[in-house]
Amino acid sequence: MSDSIGMPRVRVATTSLAGCFGCHMSFLDMDERLFELVKVVEFDRSPLTDIKHCGPCDIGLIEGGVCNAENVHVLREFRRNCKTLVAVGACAINGGLPAQRNHLDLGDCLQQVYVKRDGIEEGGVPDDPELPLLLDRVHPIHEVVRVDYFIPGCPPSGEAIWKFLTDLIGGRTPRLAHPLLRFD
Amino acid sequence: MQDAERIAAQAVERHRREPSQLLQILVETQDGIGHLPAASLTRIADLLDLPRSRVEGVAGFYSFLYTEPVGRYRILFSDNIIDRMLGSRGLMESLCRRLEVAPGEVSAGGAASVDTTSCTGMGDQGPAILVNGLAVTRLDEGRVERIASLVRAGTPLVEWPAEYFRVDDNIRRRGALLGEDFVPGAALQAAMARGRQGWLEEMRISGLRGRGGAGFTTAVKWLACRDAPGTDKVVVCNADEGEPGTFKDRVLLASQAERIFEGMTLAAWATGARQGLLYLRGEYRYLLKHLRAVLALRRAVGLLGARILGEGGFDFDIDIHLGAGAYVCGEETALLESLEGKRGTPRIRPPFPVTHGYLGRPTVVNNVETLAKTTLIALQGGAAFAATGTPQSTGTKLLSISGDCAYPGVYEYPFGVTIEHVLEDCGAHDPQVVQVGGASGVTIAGHEFHRRIAFEDVPTAGAFMVFDGRRDPFEMARNFVHFFAHESCGFCTPCRVGTALLKGYMDKLASGKGAKMDLADIEWLDRLLKNASHCGLGSSAPNPVIDTLIKFRPAYERRLVSLDFKPAFDLDAALETARRMTGRDDPAAHLDWREEV
Repeated sequence: MSDSIGMPRVRVATTSLAGCFGCHMSFLDMDERLFELVKVVEFDRSPLTDIKHCGPCDIGLIEGGVCNAENVHVLREFRRNCKTLVAVGACAINGGLPAQRNHLDLGDCLQQVYVKRDGIEEGGVPDDPELPLLLDRVHPIHEVVRVDYFIPGCPPSGEAIWKFLTDLIGGRTPRLAHPLLRFD
Repeated sequence: MQDAERIAAQAVERHRREPSQLLQILVETQDGIGHLPAASLTRIADLLDLPRSRVEGVAGFYSFLYTEPVGRYRILFSDNIIDRMLGSRGLMESLCRRLEVAPGEVSAGGAASVDTTSCTGMGDQGPAILVNGLAVTRLDEGRVERIASLVRAGTPLVEWPAEYFRVDDNIRRRGALLGEDFVPGAALQAAMARGRQGWLEEMRISGLRGRGGAGFTTAVKWLACRDAPGTDKVVVCNADEGEPGTFKDRVLLASQAERIFEGMTLAAWATGARQGLLYLRGEYRYLLKHLRAVLALRRAVGLLGARILGEGGFDFDIDIHLGAGAYVCGEETALLESLEGKRGTPRIRPPFPVTHGYLGRPTVVNNVETLAKTTLIALQGGAAFAATGTPQSTGTKLLSISGDCAYPGVYEYPFGVTIEHVLEDCGAHDPQVVQVGGASGVTIAGHEFHRRIAFEDVPTAGAFMVFDGRRDPFEMARNFVHFFAHESCGFCTPCRVGTALLKGYMDKLASGKGAKMDLADIEWLDRLLKNASHCGLGSSAPNPVIDTLIKFRPAYERRLVSLDFKPAFDLDAALETARRMTGRDDPAAHLDWREEV
């Protein structure tokens, strides 16, 4: 990692789709290693930079599953621009918590929340074009685009993300072994 | 409910409260009630002093056991690719329409349920169904119409036309085994005249190898069992012929039962076993009566029981156990588990069954055909047996031939016969693909028809399915993948999840949504299944895919849309509910597939 003088820095983009930003918090949990990381990495679109659209990148880290049309657009933008796309955490890999709605009918959900709920007087399902439409089911990201790597965990630890990224940047096939490989 | 408990209790008592008889107890309880209500399982668990979960676990494992009510007529369509080629799917739709029932469900009033099942071993006279466990063959639109009215009228099965239940042997070519008459006891007398050691020596000279597929040398197995510590040895005949496309054991059980039982007795003579068990697949239940009658006859003439043929210390008898629809039980250790009344989960080997088999006792497990062949060795000697076939694959092999040929049926050939020779004999006019050895076997393309049926070239347990130019090798492979996903016992994750994923990929390709990426994933899954599965089911599950991907790759590639990746579902359609709920139809309310990366 330290042997990077003269090498172009690796460009990394991150985003959270239908996630809770917990995986991003875990990313920050690398603590002082972030200083090591920024020596070899520069960030493109990410909550860390507030860049709104992704440009050509080496690595894209995706947190969260795909629950609405906007998620699809963002995910496709990442896939188009990132050489390597990584599903980070339970929701990106399996749909996670948001996918708990998958056994319910979307129409019933919207009715219950926006029309029938106690205390709602003049209810109605929001129809502002600014709001992305919901998909009928929440999907893991590999069901919508090709995904190169998966880091399980809810969230994966900062240590796991660090190990994964340093492997990837160092040219080693990323390998997470116990205790870094976990699904909870 | 009290009725259910009473019926369950009677079944338990009939089997002397023996926990190893659990599967037989469940089968009989279901015979009396129609399904296995919760109360019956609780009662059985109490009486056998087993955990309730153990009983429910077994009831839930076998396809032919039902813990929920099913129709008074349970109709199961054999779903092998051969039945499908004969039109089973259309006939099933027709029957469902006539009975007003959806596949997999019970009709209103509970008269009938219609569903599919794995190959029922009637490939030479399909399409075939099972009605309440009994085989009905040669289905056509006329029979479907008649069956629908019999079901609607509630006619008991015994009053259905006997013709429906007729199962022909269709023996088309006879060799040493099928060509000669057999006098019960003659082989046994010959072997006993040689003494136990002399008999084993003849077996060794014969070079006989197991006909169930693995090809292990039978004499070595018998010797290992004989030399294993313990005096309570067991001989098991594996008649769980579940490999799709195989039916030669069915024909042997129907026409050569004396030879099979005599073969088991010959194994007992060699090993010193006193107990014999024949595990009959549930689909062949219609043979049970016949087999029991043959056993009774053999007991009556002193070929089974105490002091066989007057020989002091030679005591041996045979019981028949009935399976209940589980392909994995054809694997010998899963079969032993099933015989012990458990779920058919394969054991870890070693230890091997010859030292730790049925109830931990030294056990020989042999295929039906293997045991029948031992009678030839006893009568003619090992050298005469070894004179046919090839040096590494001695004797003859029965092939179950089905599919696109004029004369489907059972053919007996010396080992070493070429595939093209067989194709010519069975009247295959435009053969493009031959699947040898069943779903788990080898896919043979036209350029390989010169290859030979033998352990050292194309090994087979007996299935030989012929496909002509009208057929699609991809659909064949997809059918087999569905079969394995259904039959995976669920014990190990690579197989349980891997077969389900493989099925998903094949279905995705079939629906025209495949991409190059999917082929790479399929090949990765193939490797995973092959290397990480607990038993042969998982490791052979990808075989049809591996073979067809190599030999018929365009059958896959033409199904791909030329994209890097394509979702298996329609993203725009997934927004439909939200569009309807919001009344929106603006551009942002749609997802264009052309933007897919």
